[in-house]
Order: sequence, then C-alpha cells, then structure tokens
Amino acid sequence: MSQAVLDRLSAQLGDRILETSDAFGEHEAIVAVGDWVEVAQFLKDDEELQMDHFIDLTAIDYPERASARFDLTLMTRSSVNGQRIRLRTRVKEGEKPGTLSSIWMGANWAEREVYDMFGVEFEGHPDLRRILLYEEFVGHPLRKDYPIDKAQPLVPYREVADITKLPPFGIEEGQPFARIDWEARLAGGDQQVSPAIGVQQGQRRTLSDSEAAQQIQARIDARLAAEAAAAEAAEAAHAPEEGPGK
Amino acid sequence: MGQLKVIEGGGEVAITTRLSDLLQWARKWSLFQYPFVTACCGMEFMATAAPRYDIARFGAEAPRFSPRQSDVLWVVGTISQRQGPAVRRIWEQMADPKWVIAFGTCASCGGFYDNYTTIPGVDKVIPVDVYIPGCPPRPEAVLDALMLLQEKIQANDRRPVVVPPKHVVENAPGRAKEEGS
Repeated sequence: MSQAVLDRLSAQLGDRILETSDAFGEHEAIVAVGDWVEVAQFLKDDEELQMDHFIDLTAIDYPERASARFDLTLMTRSSVNGQRIRLRTRVKEGEKPGTLSSIWMGANWAEREVYDMFGVEFEGHPDLRRILLYEEFVGHPLRKDYPIDKAQPLVPYREVADITKLPPFGIEEGQPFARIDWEARLAGGDQQVSPAIGVQQGQRRTLSDSEAAQQIQARIDARLAAEAAAAEAAEAAHAPEEGPGK
Repeated sequence: MGQLKVIEGGGEVAITTRLSDLLQWARKWSLFQYPFVTACCGMEFMATAAPRYDIARFGAEAPRFSPRQSDVLWVVGTISQRQGPAVRRIWEQMADPKWVIAFGTCASCGGFYDNYTTIPGVDKVIPVDVYIPGCPPRPEAVLDALMLLQEKIQANDRRPVVVPPKHVVENAPGRAKEEGS
C-alpha cells in the first residue's frame, strides 16, 4: 500500500535512498545520517506524500555491528492519504543525527527518549535531557551491554537486620515470581546481560525449581486426582437415576 | 482490648485497663490513611473503600492527602527508583505512630518488574508492617491486611507480616452449582 511512497522517494531523491525494502506489507527506506533530516522534511512537505503524522521514533542497538552501532527508526503516516513509511538510518556511536523536532513537534520527546535509553544525541535539539530516568542515572539501559538487572537506587536500600521477615516471599504466600538476591546484585555479583543467558548459565535462581514448588505441585496433583475420583463416583451414583427431564 | 478488670458495687460498674491498651485500642479503630497509589492495584483499593467492602467498618475510611495527618501509608502499586525519594520523604513527614502497608506484589517485592527501574519492594526504602500479596489482591485480602494491622497495633507488635493466601473453599456456594448447569 505504501509502495507508492517508496516509488516517489526513489524518483525524487534518487541515490540518496540507499536501500528500500518491503516486508509483510511494511515499506522501509534507508538513508545516510547526513540526509536524515532532509528526507524527513521531504516526507512532510512533499505535496504527494504529506506525511503529517509522526508516529514514533526509536532506536535499535546492534553492538556487534562494526559499521554503525545504532539503527534509528522513524515511523510516519499521512493522515491525508493513509500511507505509512518507515525511515531508517544507521548511526555510529558518538555520531549526532539532526533533530526532527522542528519538522514534527512530537519528535521532541521521542528523541529525548532515544537519548535517555540509547545515548544517541541529536544535533540542534532544543532540550535534550533524560525524559524517563533521573539525571543521576549512569549509562543508557536499552543498550544491550547494560546489565539487565543493574539498578541505581536514588535512596540507599535499608539495612534490614532488625526485622524477621522480608521478601522474597515463599511460593506458599502467593508470590510465585522468581526473585534474585538483590544485595548481591547491587554489589555487582549477580549481574547478567540477558535473562535467557542467565538461565543457561545457571545464574538465575527460580522458585519453580525449588523443593517447596515441587511439594506444592504434588499437593495440587493429589487434589486434582481426588476431585476426579469423586466426580467419577458421583457420576456412577447418578447414572441410573438420570432421566429425560434434565 | 488487653486486660480488663470489671469492678461492681453499689449498683454501678467500672472497668479498668491499662492506659497503653486503651490508647492502642483507640488508634486501631481510627486509622487515617494516606493512599500512595501508583498503579493498577489502585482499582482494588477503590473497591475496598467503596460500600460493598466498606473499609469504614474498620474505622479506616478517612483518606488524608497530607502525610502529616495520616497514620497508615498505603503503598499501592509499583514504585520506580525515581519515586523512591518521594515515598521516603512522605513516610518521613508522617507523625508517629505510623504504619505502612505494601499493597500488592509490586509494592511488596517488585513483582515481575525485575529491572533497572523498579524498586524490588518498597521495604527497601521504608519499613513495612503488612504485606499484601496478589496481583492485584482481592478486597478481602486488603481487609485481612487491615485486621492484621489492627491486631499488631493492639499488641504493639512491629514485626512485619504477610497476609496469608486464602485457599479456595471446595463447598463454597456458587462452586457446587456447576454440576447442575
């Protein structure tokens, strides 16, 4: 449906469109960082395209990619003719793409979020501060090399030696979530890059593997078996009486 | 209410007790609450406060949106690291004696928010008296928590407790009916 947009882009901007793709009905154009703002401006201003609806701007981190670490992805739509397009550019670490906030006002906060989460800075942005996290936060949490469970508390955690009981709760108390030893984590002992990797390496302790969980499962199984037996017995007792009136 | 001593004589009756017991008794039936509501658990909190569950039966119907006038801090919902200083400060502003209830799994231990942005339980920042598990907890569990807190106040017991889960009653009305449907 948006092939027309790609055709228009290619026709008007020619070789500034580095690549185009069409997957699952989603159309995408890739441009160089230097052309980022101009192509976006063209999308907005061109009388055929009229991409007046800024949907989202986000980034993707590819730490293993040597050429450019981040993909910056812009999603726009035209409220006039209903077409959508995704514009993408590749940004090296430390490279500053231009801001789109003068084109679409909505890009202001989206760029702040990208800066907050990925550390990509935008040239010419009027107010590039963190938007979700606090200023004391060090690093950018959606970068894949940020430890997934590294917390940076603003208030120091309490010393809890004087009280008898603290979560993590037992599974009996209705808290079946897996919890990690947060003290060790703050000390840097129990950090991991991805939960899937952590499970593979046996770092993540889950309650579902524990003895208590197995006991509860056994209890549930026993109760289900008893219920099934009772239901069978009841059926056997009722079977001769069952009439057509039911 | 603690120890009571009944004195009769001359057609009149007097009851004596200890002042601390009387004080705790008065406190437990007049809990002004500060709802620090951040997330979806707030809906269950509203249900508890509404007429059907009627938290007013326990003398705890009056919310006070100034921490200086409140006795119980209800931490209802997920607390992010960024909110940590705020919740800590509100707790510091409350006048003694004060109690804290962690409402729901997120406030109790962080729940499934196991990441850089969520405090794994508000007790890492302020002391908690009663934990209510559940995601979200039913209003019955909330009332259980309030009654637990009242017992703790009467007994002057500051050890934290967890509201025990309610087991499904096999013969509860409504469950047995399924057979005939």
